[in-house]
Amino acid sequence: MSKILIRGAKVLGAEARDVLVDGEVIEAVGTDLSAEGAQVIEAEGRILLPGLVDLHTHLREPGREDSETVLTGTRAAASGGYTAVFAMANTFPVADTAGVVEQVYRLGKEAGYCDVQPIGAVTVGLEGRKLAELGAMHDSAAGVTVFSDDGKCVDDAVIMRRALEYVKAFGGVVAQHAQEPRLTEGAQMNEGVVSAELGLGGWPAVAEESIIARDVLLAEHVGSRVHICHLSTAGSVEIVRWAKSRGIDVTAEVTPHHLLLTDEMVRSYNPVYKVNPPLRTERDVMALREALADGTIDIVATDHAPHPHEDKDCEWAAAAMGMVGLETALSVVQHTMVETGLLDWAGVADRMSVAPARIGQARGHGRPVSAGEPANLTLVDPAYRGVVDPADFASRSRNTPYEGRELPGRVTHTFLRGRATLVDGKLA
Amino acid sequence: MMRHLISAADLTRDDAVQILDTAEEMARVADRPIKKLPTLRGRTICNLFFEDSTRTRISFEAAEKRLSADVINFAAKGSSVSKGESLKDTAQTLEAMGVDAVVIRHGASGAPYRLATSGWIDAPVINAGDGTHQHPTQALLDAFTMRRRLVGRDAGLGQDLAGKRVTIVGDVLHSRVARSNVDLLHTLGAEVTLVAPPTLVPVGVEHWPCEVSYDLDSVLTKSDAVMMLRVQRERMNAAFFPTEREYSRRYGLDGDRMARMPEHAIVMHPGPMVRGMEITAEVADSDRCTVVEQVANGVSIRMAVLYLLLGGNESQSTRTEEK
Ligand SMILES: [Zn+2]
Repeated sequence: MSKILIRGAKVLGAEARDVLVDGEVIEAVGTDLSAEGAQVIEAEGRILLPGLVDLHTHLREPGREDSETVLTGTRAAASGGYTAVFAMANTFPVADTAGVVEQVYRLGKEAGYCDVQPIGAVTVGLEGRKLAELGAMHDSAAGVTVFSDDGKCVDDAVIMRRALEYVKAFGGVVAQHAQEPRLTEGAQMNEGVVSAELGLGGWPAVAEESIIARDVLLAEHVGSRVHICHLSTAGSVEIVRWAKSRGIDVTAEVTPHHLLLTDEMVRSYNPVYKVNPPLRTERDVMALREALADGTIDIVATDHAPHPHEDKDCEWAAAAMGMVGLETALSVVQHTMVETGLLDWAGVADRMSVAPARIGQARGHGRPVSAGEPANLTLVDPAYRGVVDPADFASRSRNTPYEGRELPGRVTHTFLRGRATLVDGKLA
Repeated sequence: MMRHLISAADLTRDDAVQILDTAEEMARVADRPIKKLPTLRGRTICNLFFEDSTRTRISFEAAEKRLSADVINFAAKGSSVSKGESLKDTAQTLEAMGVDAVVIRHGASGAPYRLATSGWIDAPVINAGDGTHQHPTQALLDAFTMRRRLVGRDAGLGQDLAGKRVTIVGDVLHSRVARSNVDLLHTLGAEVTLVAPPTLVPVGVEHWPCEVSYDLDSVLTKSDAVMMLRVQRERMNAAFFPTEREYSRRYGLDGDRMARMPEHAIVMHPGPMVRGMEITAEVADSDRCTVVEQVANGVSIRMAVLYLLLGGNESQSTRTEEK
C-alpha cells in the first residue's frame, strides 16, 4: 500500500498538521512533512478525526435484505465517516448464537467498508425469558462484547440482573433498550400535548426512565457496568447523572435525531418521523444536548434503522419505527452541538469515536491521531452546506427525516486502516 | 371554504357558522316531498370505510344522494393496520376511477390527513372519523343541534354558541368526538367542561381550550348541554375504572342527575348508547335527549359540508342552469 499525505488538516479541530499514513498505520504527524512517494490530499480547512464508531446500527442482514445488507449498510457507514459499526442483534434469525454473529462478522470482513462488530442478543429470540449463549458468542470468531435485545427491553428484572452479572466473566456489557412494555402498549408517539391532540397512543417518558432507574440500581447492586441505548428524555438524563455521581458504572448514548427533532414533527402524520423511542419535546432535546456536552451522555449512536419505502408510505399507525442515520449523523452533531458552541471537534471525536470504541472495546478504533496508531481516520469539510437528498444515500433505504433540510458539514474521506473507503465524498 | 375537512380545529368561526346556516337550508329540503337537490349531479363520491360504522356511512350516503351525487361505497374489512390493505393503493385506485371526493373513516389517527396531503389523490377528503383523533362532521352536527335547541332554528341563523356551557362526559381519552367538539365549540364561543375519571383524560389535556372536572354533579347544574360519550365495557379490563357499576354511579347520567340540570338544558349522545353504563334508559328516552335529532341533523350537516366543499367550486354557469 502506498503512502498518503493528508496535508494541513486541523487534527481534532486544533492547529493544522500534516498526517502521513504508511500502509495501515499513521507514520508521522507534524508540519511540512515530505510528500515524497505519497499521494497528497490537500486538506486545508478540514477537520481530521479518528474514524467514527457507531455502537448502535441495524444492518438488517440476515433476514431483511430488502431494507439493508451488511454491504450496503457498511457503505453507508463509510459515507458517513464511520470505520466501525456495532450491528444490532434483532435480525432474522436473531443474532443469539455463535453461528449468526460469526456470519455477520464474516459478511463485514467481506464487505470491507468498515469493521463490523456484531452485538449478541441477551435472551434467546429477544424474548426476554432465557439467556442466550452469551459466553459462546464472546468466544466465537466474532468476539462479542456488547449484548442487547434492542428493539425490545429486557424487562424482567431477574433476567436483567443475571445478564449484568454473567457478562462480567468476560468483560461484556449489556446495552439496554429502556422501554417498560406495559406502559407502552399501543404507543405511537411521545405522550404529551401533541399526542393528546393527535389522538395517537402515548409513549410516556416514565416508561424509559423507570427502566433506567431500575437498571442503574441493579448495576450498582451486582457491581456490573450497564449501557443505556438511545436515551431520549430530560428525566433519563437526571437519572444517569445521579447514577454517575454515585459511582455507578453506567454509560449512555443519544441519537442524532433526538438531538434535533421534536414531537411537533408528528403533526404531519408523516411516518418518517416515527421512531422508537419517539421524538420528545424541545425541553428534552435541550437537556440531551447539555448532557452530551457535559459528558453525562457518553456517546452519539445512530440507531440507523433502515426500512423499505412501503413501510413508511402509509398511515402512521401502520408504519415501521426507525430512521436511517449513518450518513447524516456527523452533520446533525455539527449542527446541534458544534455550531451551538456546546462541543468542540475534540469533543465530537470523543463522543463519536473514542468513547464508543472504549465502551464496545473496538480494538484499533477511537485511537489518538498520532504516529504508530492504526490509520482509521475521517476527514470532514465543516464549511460545506448542503441539502439532504436521500437519493444520494449509499444505504439501501431512504427513510431519513432530514430530506430537504440544509445541514452543515460533509465527510470527504474515510480511511480504514490506511485504505480509503471514501474519497472526495465518493465510495472507493 | 377549505379544500378538505380533516379536523374541526381547521374551521374558523365564520366557516363553521356558514356550514350550520347551510345545513338549515338543507334541512328544509328534507321537509319537502322530493328530498333531492341537483347540486352534485354527475359527481362521484366514494365512502371509503376502513372501519365499520353503518350509522355514519348511511348518514353520508343519504346526504350524497339528496345532493344527486353518484355514490360508491368501499368497505375495507379487517384491520387497517394489516399489510396488503394499503391506504395508498386504495387511494390511487379511486383516483384512477375519477372520484370527485372521498369520505374516509379509518381506525388509524391521521389517515385522512395522510390521504389529503401525501399526493396519492387529488380529490377533496372528508374525515368521517379517524382513530382517536377527529370526527369533524359529528362536532358540526352536535353544534347544529345545540344551536337549534339553545338559540333557535331561525334565531340561530348567523349565530354561534357564545356563552353556552357544554359538559362532555366520559371516555375523553379514546374519543375523537370529544376532541372535535372541544375544538369546534371553543371556536364557536361555547365554554366546554370535560368530565371523566382521571384515567380517561389524556395527558396533555391542560393545553386544550376547556376545563376538566372529575366531579359530574358539580358541573351539571351549570350546563346548557350535557354530552354523554360512549364508554366501552372493555376499558375496565385495562383498569381505566374498577367496575361498570362504579363508573355509572360516578359518571353515568340517570333521572336524578338529569333533574338537577337547568330546565332548558339538553342531553346529547353521539350514539350508539350503552344503556345502563353512561346513560339510563329513562334519560335516553326522555324528550330532553336529542339523540334522534342528532341523527337527522347529521344528514343536513353532511349535505352542507359536501355542498360547500364540492358544489361551491362549480362554475357559475352550471349553477345558473340549475336555477
Ligand atoms: Zn432500541
